[in-house]
Amino acid sequence: MSAAFAIEVRGLKTAYGHHVVHQALDLDVYEGEIMGVIGPSGCGKSVLLRAIVGLKPPDQGTIRVFGRDVTHLANSETGTVQELWGIMFQDGALFSNLTVQENVMVPMREHTTLSPGLMRDLADQKIRMAGLETWAGQKYPSDLSGGMRKRAALARALALDPPLLFLDEPTAGLDPITASGFDTLIRELQETLGLTVFLVTHDVDTLRGTCDRIAVLGDRRVIAVDTMAGLRQHPDPWIQAYFGGPRGRAAMTGLE
Amino acid sequence: MAEPGFDLQPSPISSEGAMLRLFGDWTISGLSCVEKRLADLLRDDVKIDTVLAEDVRRLDTAGAFLIDRALRKFGLELEIVSGSDRVSALLYQARHLVQTESMRPLGRPSGSRAVKFLERIGRWAVHLGDEFKETLSFLGETLLSVLYILLQPWKMRWTALVSVMEDSGLDAVPIVAFLSFFVGMVVAFIGASTLAEFGATIFVVELVGIAVLREFGVVLAAIILVGRTNSAFTAQIGAMKMRQEIDAMTTLGLDPMDVIVAPRVLSMVLMTPVLAFVGVLAGLGGGVLVGWLALDINPTVFFGRMQDFVPLSHFWVGMSKAPFFGLVIALIGCRQGLQVGGSVQSLGQHTTKSVVQAIFAIIVIDALFAILYMELDI
Repeated sequence: MSAAFAIEVRGLKTAYGHHVVHQALDLDVYEGEIMGVIGPSGCGKSVLLRAIVGLKPPDQGTIRVFGRDVTHLANSETGTVQELWGIMFQDGALFSNLTVQENVMVPMREHTTLSPGLMRDLADQKIRMAGLETWAGQKYPSDLSGGMRKRAALARALALDPPLLFLDEPTAGLDPITASGFDTLIRELQETLGLTVFLVTHDVDTLRGTCDRIAVLGDRRVIAVDTMAGLRQHPDPWIQAYFGGPRGRAAMTGLE
Repeated sequence: MAEPGFDLQPSPISSEGAMLRLFGDWTISGLSCVEKRLADLLRDDVKIDTVLAEDVRRLDTAGAFLIDRALRKFGLELEIVSGSDRVSALLYQARHLVQTESMRPLGRPSGSRAVKFLERIGRWAVHLGDEFKETLSFLGETLLSVLYILLQPWKMRWTALVSVMEDSGLDAVPIVAFLSFFVGMVVAFIGASTLAEFGATIFVVELVGIAVLREFGVVLAAIILVGRTNSAFTAQIGAMKMRQEIDAMTTLGLDPMDVIVAPRVLSMVLMTPVLAFVGVLAGLGGGVLVGWLALDINPTVFFGRMQDFVPLSHFWVGMSKAPFFGLVIALIGCRQGLQVGGSVQSLGQHTTKSVVQAIFAIIVIDALFAILYMELDI
């Protein structure tokens, strides 16, 4: 049971017109691990995330989430699958006409029949879990700073206590202190809630600080999946450049 | 998936107390059924001194919150809960999140309904005054930058000017012509049916001529431009504001007044008279067609009578209003666009405001012109 797959991608092909993004891509994410996904810009990291959560239907291949095939779902089934995961989009994607608290309540309203009072209390709890103060719940997203918006988006992703969390560049655009705070937060949440996390990032520090394993995307497929230490021994020139560059080395100094 | 539940059993540690036994899946999807029963339990007079959570199969943070909230209301500590490590970890986390909460007052407005109502009226009135004042100051600012550009024509953004003239002028010709044509027809028809009772059908010529030349041609064109162009200006500029393009422009040394507002204002001032002229022609065309087909007024007779009995001054009165309407439309559209804040909602609000203000301004200006020309006997 412990080695069960949270996400199983087999033979995935996605394409926009003639532009093929992924070809015969395989990827496994175990339950309870934090999987980081890296790769050069434009290699299709975000597209992979979109394919798994059903925003971009794959042209070929199957994707299983907790053993359920999510690629060929009838409309009536999509709702039940969506309760399995929470997604934090790159720039938050909070509904700008709702307060943060109302944003967190949206998935609860849609998927549960709780009383409004309890929903508000639970939303406040999620907002605090994401590291914000409760009063931030009364604010509109446009009144918040970038880091606070990311935390608010995380609170909305956690609203239904999903076993699987997708994070698209969670620390992009944050100052290093806020970013490392966010890394710690994700690690802590993962440990207390037993989450599986699928994390797309460019940030070497985030990889070092949070990820159990790292998948490297490139050339339309997964080049390598390994721990950070394992990847450093990998012969691929891009991976060498990634971890051997000044930023990669700086992040590694803490590891050695 | 088992539903969450609980029951009360005799306490193992005291004779009068009770033990709360929790079982099932305490996850967010099933909580709605136990939420009310837990609240009922609070009302009953029971003394709980032990909580057995060993039969809880699954627990998430929402379930932990609900259990912890009930225990807090009973005034119970978490030490009395027996359960797996994971269950107690989640319960302690829930308690911790609540305890570290810093309660900051949310600043709710106070006062009775009547006071709030008066307050709203007051705010609205002040807001109205401010809007008027700010629109006037924006008018001044715009006129100044347009004046500067006219004095230094090489600084003019010719591409932008011509592009706006095409988008909001040339492309609007079909719709303006079409609508004016039909309004001309309607005026002729309705006028004819009333005038026929007096045997004065021929006066349709004066009716259509004066109405279209003086009012309908230009006002219709202006109102169509409000719906078509003014809203587009606000949405365009608002979106640029939201994406910080305006800020980028300013830091690059480009004045948004010169780059965005001036070409739009100038092109509207130039194109509204053209569109009004198109509207006048189409409106007359509609009147002539109805006169010819339904009232037996030959087009030659129609135009002959117009030359004799409808003075040219009516045409000039109508056309003289057009540049002012164009100015107001561009001005309000640009101003509201620049007022847009960070949110999508504010974009919608300002677009609505822009259209409402522009239509209001056009009707008011039209009325002011009517009074002016009446006093001047034109």
